[in-house]
Amino acid sequence: MCGIVGLLVKKPQLREQLGSLMMPMLIGMTERGPDSAGLAVFTEALPEDQRKYSLCAPEWEYDWAGFEAEFIRHFGTEAAIRTKGNHAVLTCDEPAASVRPWAARVFPDLHVLCAGRQVDIYKDIGNPADVAARYDFDTLTGTHLVGHTRMATESAVTPDRAHPFTAGEDFCLVHNGSLSNPYQIRRKLEPLGIRFDTDNDTEAACRYFEWRMREGDDLESAIRSGFDELDGFYTFLMGSREALALVRDAFACKPAVVAETEDYVAVSSEYRSLARLPGVKNANVFEPVPEEIYVWRVS
Amino acid sequence: MEGVVNVAPEAKNRLTFDLAAQPLRELNRFLHHDLAGTGVTHVDVINPDGTHNIAVGVDAPVRIDVDGHAGYYCAGMNKLAQVNVNGNVGPGVAEGMVSGTVHVKGFASVSAGAAAHGGLLVIEKDASLRCGISMKGVDIVVGGSVGDFSAFMAQAGRLVICGDAGDALGDSLYEAVIYVRGKVASFGADAHEEPMSDADFVAVEELLARARIKHDPKQFRRVASKRELYHWNADADQEY
Repeated sequence: MCGIVGLLVKKPQLREQLGSLMMPMLIGMTERGPDSAGLAVFTEALPEDQRKYSLCAPEWEYDWAGFEAEFIRHFGTEAAIRTKGNHAVLTCDEPAASVRPWAARVFPDLHVLCAGRQVDIYKDIGNPADVAARYDFDTLTGTHLVGHTRMATESAVTPDRAHPFTAGEDFCLVHNGSLSNPYQIRRKLEPLGIRFDTDNDTEAACRYFEWRMREGDDLESAIRSGFDELDGFYTFLMGSREALALVRDAFACKPAVVAETEDYVAVSSEYRSLARLPGVKNANVFEPVPEEIYVWRVS
Repeated sequence: MEGVVNVAPEAKNRLTFDLAAQPLRELNRFLHHDLAGTGVTHVDVINPDGTHNIAVGVDAPVRIDVDGHAGYYCAGMNKLAQVNVNGNVGPGVAEGMVSGTVHVKGFASVSAGAAAHGGLLVIEKDASLRCGISMKGVDIVVGGSVGDFSAFMAQAGRLVICGDAGDALGDSLYEAVIYVRGKVASFGADAHEEPMSDADFVAVEELLARARIKHDPKQFRRVASKRELYHWNADADQEY
């Protein structure tokens, strides 16, 4: 079991409330996933030549100032760092192709959770309410987000195996379910130079979709090719620069429900975590059909 | 059966539980243990907000109106009670029902009426996959369409589908009968269409009337078991 939540606000004035609107959704999925929680939020885009990287350290108290100094010394460039305990968001003009290998070499205890111009990720082990309080999820702002509460089945309970998973830039995925052929996917992708951070099954799906999109598929075609390649149970919720996307496998053993109003599209594993959203009693509430791809774009 | 309308409960035989203020256990404990001595015949449940296990295991002729959406297993194992849901329900509504009526104004998620032995389950809108899976005597009327694998291994009872059916309808059917009005994406193993008899038309008419859903029984087709899986056929192609 796991819980997934997603929220896309349709009106610019609601972007300030994105985190606070989402909070009861995530907390409402605690019973489905009490061991870890995480969230990816899509913000205003940085300029074309800038990137930001969400980082996770092994301890709550971490020498981020030392990290920043070493970054500036190595790259000889400006950088800004925003920290929250063991998490930090580094903004700079260095591409992922430089930052990722440097970080892996010089700071091997750090996880680079994501890269891009819009996405920030926070994820950690612990009860969803604790994780949300740890990183002030209620203050997050942006256009859309995906969140997850985890009840681990396929790999260990560690921060890097919590969801969302990410691949490439500004793309992330959360998953309720389990894949039965993640190693088959890995054996297909690794010879193409695609590296994995964990042994988690969801990471295989995330990297598979991102690979398809780099090969020229749009999000919908990438998901459709997954119908043949990914074996297992899933409700996947994905976030990209401009959209939320949702898909369930053919057997639809893993739940999902959507509530849509003029103000927002909200997705969750169960209605009970949508019940606190304003206006939800008059929302268009529906259950997504298996193997149908739902995409909601930022307006 | 009266309409699914909540009015302010005033009569002393009527009691309201507000699930925004009271834990579910108070409602279910009342229904299981305290109902008999109180004279209460009508229970209103407000702010259900997708709570699981609302009114499970009731064993009394009480009317229960749930005003809003219910979560998993609503009215599961129901006996005698008349449960109305003025909203949608999650997976497993009325699973294992023995008798009574469960009437859902909205849609139902997967496995509606699973393994239910008796009573009537009405879903006014769509039911998701596996509706009526392993049903054992319940009658189910779905006003909309049903998802894939509906009536899988259904043993007894009747499933009326006013809309369309998904793939593998009635796979491995025993003696349950399906009446379908719309398109069938595909039949499951051993399920096939049969001619409607006069008794079938009467059955559909009676079930639609009890469900308060209006359609012409003549528009329905009968789906039942070919009964070929009842006996092992050693000569059949065993390649899978």
